[in-house]
This record gives sequence, C-alpha cells and structure tokens, in this order.
Amino acid sequence: MSKSFLSIEGLTQRYPDGTGGETTVFENASFGVEKGEFVCILGHSGCGKSTIMNILAGLAEPTSGVVKMDGIEVSGPSLDRGVVFQNYSLLPWLTALRNVTFGVAARNPDWSKEQVLEQSRKYLEMVGLKGDVVNRKPSQLSGGMRQRVSIARAFANHPQLLLLDEPFGALDALTRGTIQDELLKIWRGTEQTVFMITHDIDEAILLADRILLMTNGPYARVAESVVIDIPRPRTRTEIVEHPNYYAIRNHLVHFLGVRSKEMAGQQQEGLPSKPETVRIGVPARPEPLETT
Amino acid sequence: MAQLSLNKRAALLSIVLLIVGLLIWEAAIPAQKAAAELTEYERLTGGGAPKAGIPPPSKVIAKAWEELSNPFYDAGPNDKGIGIQIGYSLYRVLTGYFLAALVAIPLGFLIGMSPVAYKALNPFIQVLRPISPLAWMPLALFIIQDSEASAIFVIFICSIWPMLLNTAFGVAGVRKDWVNVARTHELGALKTAFTVILPAAAPTIVTGMRISIGIAWLVIVAAEMLVGGTGIGYYVWNEWNNLDLTSVIFSILMIGVVGMLLDTAFGLLQRKVAYVE
Repeated sequence: MSKSFLSIEGLTQRYPDGTGGETTVFENASFGVEKGEFVCILGHSGCGKSTIMNILAGLAEPTSGVVKMDGIEVSGPSLDRGVVFQNYSLLPWLTALRNVTFGVAARNPDWSKEQVLEQSRKYLEMVGLKGDVVNRKPSQLSGGMRQRVSIARAFANHPQLLLLDEPFGALDALTRGTIQDELLKIWRGTEQTVFMITHDIDEAILLADRILLMTNGPYARVAESVVIDIPRPRTRTEIVEHPNYYAIRNHLVHFLGVRSKEMAGQQQEGLPSKPETVRIGVPARPEPLETT
Repeated sequence: MAQLSLNKRAALLSIVLLIVGLLIWEAAIPAQKAAAELTEYERLTGGGAPKAGIPPPSKVIAKAWEELSNPFYDAGPNDKGIGIQIGYSLYRVLTGYFLAALVAIPLGFLIGMSPVAYKALNPFIQVLRPISPLAWMPLALFIIQDSEASAIFVIFICSIWPMLLNTAFGVAGVRKDWVNVARTHELGALKTAFTVILPAAAPTIVTGMRISIGIAWLVIVAAEMLVGGTGIGYYVWNEWNNLDLTSVIFSILMIGVVGMLLDTAFGLLQRKVAYVE
C-alpha cells in the first residue's frame, strides 16, 4: 500500500450486539498520515472516531486490519505515540509540574532530575503556565489550564505521533480559542505529526492540513480527505477572511449534515475504501490577504 | 463571646461541660460518715469500715496524677506503671496490625486487579470476616501454645479484613484513564502499581487501615483480659479483682486517650494521601 509515515490498512471493528449477532462500527478503513502533517478527523458520535484513536494509541485492538508507523506494525501502547485525552487524564495527586515530569522521566529514563525539570518547565511555559501555577494540583486549576498541562505533557515527550482525542471538547468557546492558538504555536515550533479527533468544524479548518470525513455508523468509513490549503500561519480572526474558508466550511457542513447520513450503512464488501481526496477553491489565485 | 472564633467558643463550651459533669459526679457520690457521727450500734455492726463505692472524680484525678507522674515503674508482676502496661498493649496491637497490613495490602491489590482472584477468594472472606476475633483465641492458644503470640494473632485476624476489603475496593476502582496514562507512558507492571495505582487507591486503603487500627485497639483489651500477664486490658481486670475502682476508671480513660491518639495519627495520614479529582 502507500508509503505514508502512518498507514492505516483495512481497519475493521466489530462488537457483539448482545443478541448473538455483530455490529460493525467501521469496516475496511484505510488512510495515511504524512510526517509533520496535522490531520483532523470529523464525524458524528458513534462512527468510531474514538475507537480508531484508541487503536492508534495501542489501547485497543481492532477486529482486523493493521496500523503501521514508519513501516512497523503498532501493537500495544508506546511512548512514540503521545495521547491527549478529552478529560485531560492528569494524575490528581501530582502537581501540574509533576504531571509533566512524570511523562518526561518515563520517556528519558537516563536524564538527570534537573534535565527532566528543565524540559518540563520549558513546555509548561510554552502553553502559558509558569510561576507558582505549576505547583498547583489539577483540582486547583481551571479546565483550560488542565488541558494545557496535558498538552505540555504530550509535547514535552516528543512523540513521533501525537494523538488528540477531542482535546477541547469540554472547554468553553473562549478558552478553546486561546488554547487552539497555543496548540498551533507549539505545533509550529516542533513540526510534530498530529492526529486529532474533533467535532468542531471551525476548529478542524483552523488546525488541520487535511480533514478526514467519516460517514455515520454502522459500517462507517472514511469517505473523504479534504485538503485545507489555506496558508499558515493561521489565526482565528484572519482565517475566516480567506476566500476558500466558507467554501470549505460549507462542504464540511453539507457532508456532516446530509451526505454522512446518505452514505451510512453502505456495506462495501472487499472494496479498498481509500478516502477520496477533495480540494476546494482555487489555490492558484494570488493571495489577496496579508498574512503575518 | 461574639468576637471569639468558632473553635474558641467550642473549646470553652467543652471545658464548661467537663467541669459541670465532674461537679455532678462529685456531688452524686454519698459521703462516708465520719466515725464520731456513728451510733454505737453502727460501730458494732462494722459501719465504720470504708464501703466500696464509685470513687469521686477528685480521687480519680489524684490517682491519674500519681500514675502519670511515674508511669514506667516496675514493682513485680502485679504492680507495673501504666506506661508499661500501655506499652505492652501497643506492642501487641502494632505487631499484629502490621503483620496484617503486610498480608492484606498485597493480597487486596491482587484481588482488586484480578476479577478471578476476587471471585475465588470472596466466599472465604465472607465466612471468615464476621467471626468475632476472640472466638479464634482457644484455637490460637492450642496451635501456637503461647499466650503472647495468641494475642498478637487475634489482633492480626481482626485487623486484616477492613484493610483487605478496602484495598481491593480501592484498587478495583482506580479510574481507567489513569491506568491508560501509565500504559501510554510504557510503565511496567510494578512501576504502574507504585506510581499510579497505589496513590490512586491510597485514600481508600488508608481508610481501611484507620478502621482496622480502631478495631485492633478495641479487641486488645478483651484479648488481654483473657490471656493475662501484662497489658492495659489485664490491668483493668486486675484492678477490678483488687476492687480498686479508682484505677479501673483511670485505666478506662487511658484506653480512650490512646485509642484517640491512634485514630488521630491515621487521620493525619489520611489527609496526607487525600486528593481531589
């Protein structure tokens, strides 16, 4: 198949449905992610996004199919794949700083205490946490701050692949905006490969190089791969003025609102279901906007 | 009054209640008639001899002062200071208790991690748990053939259950997300147990330990009344045999104070391992 950095080949997940039969959540999902790429996956709840995420993280086993990273098959969790969970998953008995050093020390067992501390502080600072705040327990931090700690923990480990499972799902819109900006900033500096689940269309357009669209389950599949060629660096306020922005947005809304339902439940026995690559707008047109 | 803090007002009220209580107790004890006031008939029938009665608090306080000013004297098997007696009891309680912890916490970990182990061991736990610890005493005395070790065994058997069950419960209830954090950081089984599961389950485990130490302190008094020789339980029973009610009341109070101190120590430990999710 493809020579992508991360390649997902024929992934299928079935669960017993409780009446002796089986429910197929998704079938024969295949796609690739290139190194340094930021890919978002959009789809309705129940289409198996989180299951795909867990399989990529190595926390769950697919019924069939393989995931290969750098040509090596993924089996079980690994420090090469960092995960940011929706509910932050910080250890509540450790301070923010200790939650990050926990990860850094696990990743670099031969580092000295000072090195671990330095690296942890550096990444906490990148997400805007410095000073006394880092010595607080997660319960004393706001939801936004907790997710910042979680992001710092993941980035500080330099995983080859970063998996974000609806990281901003539990945050209010204003906080979400600021952390999206911070995520973009920290990502720009590291050229990290990121795979992110979201169900926020604007968030996906802002962050992603490519958006994978999933049809509804059962028999969900990755139907389209929409290339977002709006130039970077992007900011929330400027991106909406890009001429392609609404064309892309409308395409995504239309897909999620209408086509994901129409395409649902279509069993595609044996077909290699590579997503169809979609480009929207005229990228050749001279850029009319000033981008910083 | 209004400017005093809540704690100060409560402390003041406690002191008032104590003084009022002691005064009522003191007043309620009928005074012994002095020899001069007795009729001749009373004197002839032995009315002048001191009657055994509940001692007034003033006597108990005097006794406490006397005992506590020299708590570690040792004047033979039946006359040892209160400090020595409590020391023996604490030694037995702590030995039995820590042996129990050594068994209960690892076993609780196993039961909490493995549903099979839980199901397999549950019937045994359910049958053994409700047995009064003192019911083990005859069997323990016969098998161990040593009263000292039997007392420790009784403490062991009574403190094991709350620790075992609470550890199992705490370990089984550790949030899956936290275990996933350990897994995505490639922590080994032992490292996961010590850095994630143990701190996550610690509040529940320490609650079990606190319940256990309370039960152990309750049981040691009864156990020492049976095995005799030394210890605060033996001391109470010995003073009852001596009809020295002042010492009985004093030692009852000491049992309460030591029990409170043990509980406070575990309360502090509990606060140390607590976390807010």
